Amino acid sequence: MRKQRLVMVGNGMAGMKTIEEILKHAPDVFDITVFGAEPHGNYNRILLSPVLAGEMTLADIMLNDLDWYSANGITLHAGRKVVEVDRVRRVVRSEDGTEEGYDRLLLATGSNPFIPPVPGRELEGVIAYRDIADTETMIEAACNYRHAVVIGGGLLGLEAANGLILRGMEVTVVHLGEWIMERQLDRPAAEMLQASLEAKGMRFRLGAQTEALLPAADDPAGRVAAVRLAGGETIAADLVVMSAGIRPNTALAESARLHCDRGIVVTDTMQTVTDPRIYAVGECVSHRGVAYGLVAPLFDQARVCANHLAGFGIGRYEGSVTSTKLKVTGVDVFSAGDFMGAEDCDNIVLHDRAGGRYKKLVLKDDRLIGAVMVGDTSDGSWYFQLVREGRNIAAMRDQLMFGQSFAQSQLGDAGHQGQNQAALLPDSAEVCGCNGVCKGTIVKAIKEKGLFSLDEVRKHTKASSSCGSCTGLVEQILASTVGGAYQAVDKHAKPVCGCTDHTHAEVRAAIREHKLLSIPAVMKALDWKTPNGCATCRPALNYYLVSTWPHEAEDDPQSRFINERAHANIQKDGTYSVVPRMWGGLTTPAELRAIADAAEKYQVPTVKVTGGQRIDLLGVKKDDLPAIWADLGKAGMVSGHAYGKSLRTVKTCVGAEHCRFGTQHSMRTGVNLEKMLFGMWSPHKVKLAVSGCPRNCAESGIKDVGVIGVDSGFEIYVAGNGGIKTEVAQFLCKVATEEDVKEMTGAFLQLYREEGFYLERTCHYVERVGLDYVKRLVVEDADSRRELHERLLYALKDAPDPWAEQQVQPLARHYKTIQIHDLSGESSHGMAESVSA
Amino acid sequence: MAWQKVCPLEEIPLLGARVVEHRGERIAVFRAEGDTVFALRDACPHLGGPLSQGIVSGSGENARVTCPLHGWNIGLASGEACAPDEGCARHYPTRLASGEVWLEL
Repeated sequence: MRKQRLVMVGNGMAGMKTIEEILKHAPDVFDITVFGAEPHGNYNRILLSPVLAGEMTLADIMLNDLDWYSANGITLHAGRKVVEVDRVRRVVRSEDGTEEGYDRLLLATGSNPFIPPVPGRELEGVIAYRDIADTETMIEAACNYRHAVVIGGGLLGLEAANGLILRGMEVTVVHLGEWIMERQLDRPAAEMLQASLEAKGMRFRLGAQTEALLPAADDPAGRVAAVRLAGGETIAADLVVMSAGIRPNTALAESARLHCDRGIVVTDTMQTVTDPRIYAVGECVSHRGVAYGLVAPLFDQARVCANHLAGFGIGRYEGSVTSTKLKVTGVDVFSAGDFMGAEDCDNIVLHDRAGGRYKKLVLKDDRLIGAVMVGDTSDGSWYFQLVREGRNIAAMRDQLMFGQSFAQSQLGDAGHQGQNQAALLPDSAEVCGCNGVCKGTIVKAIKEKGLFSLDEVRKHTKASSSCGSCTGLVEQILASTVGGAYQAVDKHAKPVCGCTDHTHAEVRAAIREHKLLSIPAVMKALDWKTPNGCATCRPALNYYLVSTWPHEAEDDPQSRFINERAHANIQKDGTYSVVPRMWGGLTTPAELRAIADAAEKYQVPTVKVTGGQRIDLLGVKKDDLPAIWADLGKAGMVSGHAYGKSLRTVKTCVGAEHCRFGTQHSMRTGVNLEKMLFGMWSPHKVKLAVSGCPRNCAESGIKDVGVIGVDSGFEIYVAGNGGIKTEVAQFLCKVATEEDVKEMTGAFLQLYREEGFYLERTCHYVERVGLDYVKRLVVEDADSRRELHERLLYALKDAPDPWAEQQVQPLARHYKTIQIHDLSGESSHGMAESVSA
Repeated sequence: MAWQKVCPLEEIPLLGARVVEHRGERIAVFRAEGDTVFALRDACPHLGGPLSQGIVSGSGENARVTCPLHGWNIGLASGEACAPDEGCARHYPTRLASGEVWLEL
């Protein structure tokens, strides 16, 4: 089959992001040709300001150098401007006469700076601030001249002014509005920002209209020498930077008679409304009446466009909420969403003029809709995420102002030392305690490799890729390094992995609605992009299948992590740990004897008591697993599931059976709960505890389900966590009898099993859906509770002991190492003996 | 170097692996999609994790195993770690004849 021809006009960030995504998902579909007006490869335009400020070099900000294009088989016409699109012949032609035919055309022509029509704008030394050439002009001017005027006090203008000051120029910002950055900041924030910029030497003329740019009196056609404002004031200027906004570059599209209205008008699939063969992305586009000028929404568009061009046809672009961060070192400003707020909104404001801190949160109907911050912006990405998710914040409204670590301690991602202010950390600070990654390493990788998303940072640096407790901190570092280019993604709206565009929720729904019973069936029904998934999606799919259709769906051992496949816990040296179940933490002399015998017989190097009141045999060779299980099985012990996303342990105190304070029989209740839940697979591990009195010796307050006996019955707590981030369990209800405890616990865990996403602990599940929702279905609605509990009991009916199951052939054989011995005198074609049992 | 018979193909689970020991060296023999067989030294180039215990996915040139210890992806056809990780596990030639897996050692 002939490859289709894809031609892209424009070589900027949005367009190249689209190409990169296409190469990732459908590398063989297109022959790709790119026209770029600039003579460079693709570079990170957002980082021009740090280049101007002398904090980075041009080489640092290249995203795709010229070699990259040839390595990926892309024809690049750099420095050639396309002047005509012939939609009938489907050909584009450039200024120098180069023609390329296309099957699909992608317009990514970006935007042009708006140059106000003032006299003198054609003088030498008057420039816009858009590209590498402008940046180089400014750097050069700073070497030879003294006075600069920046017209336009928006984001880009202020960054330009800052860069020029750092390069030694005297800079005045002339701004038409009453305050600077009025599209991103309210007045108090802008005034505070202005004060800190003035402290750096920047001068301002606000509410000022530029009347003319004047040359030197003795050289009327030469270089600019001054700026005259309405009212007569003149300001010396050897360099004038026009930064009065941008306009979508639609000239080419208009000449091809594509519908434009303040941008090339596109649909939700990024196709032009006029010609579906022609796509457009980036600053040149008008989508639902909005033209975006920040990089994050443009990347969203690029992903949708690539998805559609690659033939998947699933993604839709539905617009973006944007956030802004000013890249001026030492001055932190952040704004997102609707920061002005209408009359029906409430504002929460902190305004410390002398301390240089301002923070305004705009709320509407218990949702955060906008935020502005000056001074300390460390919580910016968190607020932005709240704005995007539209989450109800009623429960933390009181603490919202004080930031993430105060308001949402249960999120568990403030870093392993509880740090939450990434910007204040030194480069040497260890951010990821699991993988030993310092802040400096992360920042360096972000800059050098052009990383924009948390996933990319994880892949390249490993930071936050293990326990995940520093995720929030890594996100902050990313946000403060790339500025406005960073857009936090809603993790629940993300596809399961690169093999699919579907989210966990969508996959689950499809399995239920279409009664899909095997992984191949799911992948076929949902158009998986890979032949057999990957190590991320397969375990998730397997769990969704067996939890949705117990006794019917196919359980695929090869789609389970090794621990669940080998029914033991893999250790760093490749040996395994074996934990027999001890119901409720109780054991007998006979069991202990059997454990001791097994430990000696299989030369177990370490025997340890676990946090969940069990005995762990560490360092067992895989070859010995079936035999040690058989020995333990003879003494009546079964698998403790200490390795799975499953019921782990029910920890108990001695309770009313022995304790002089005990009010309830916690050992009996714990044993019965554990027997009821034996063999339960779940989205993540599940730990329970039962205490016999409020002294709570079993630590019920930090368990997925914690039961505390009181004189009149049992209190049930859910969604606690003792691990990565200690999380106090929340009170669910109080019940009278042990039977009630079992039903309530079963119903709660079944709800979690049915609705939790794979690898989501109960604390994160309850945080996502809300405790009120859980209470409604589990506590208040008796029918719902009974049905949930019955579904759990049905799923767990006849739950087998995995250790016993593994004893049969050929499964047991798979644990054995195959020995190959060289036979002396054997001929070279190698008839060696193979032993496979 | 000589070809050694390892075991019948069905002794290796599909999308799984078996460990072969030869002169003290542990070798992971994988059975990927479409019954293609690959063999690598059973040690991840990262921290020596047993690759034989990882999840096998992909097919042909793109077949790979995910190390069970820290999630590195290793290409089965080459032994090379997938980008951005860097490293290589020793690769052994394999062949399949009359339903038997052979390994060149």
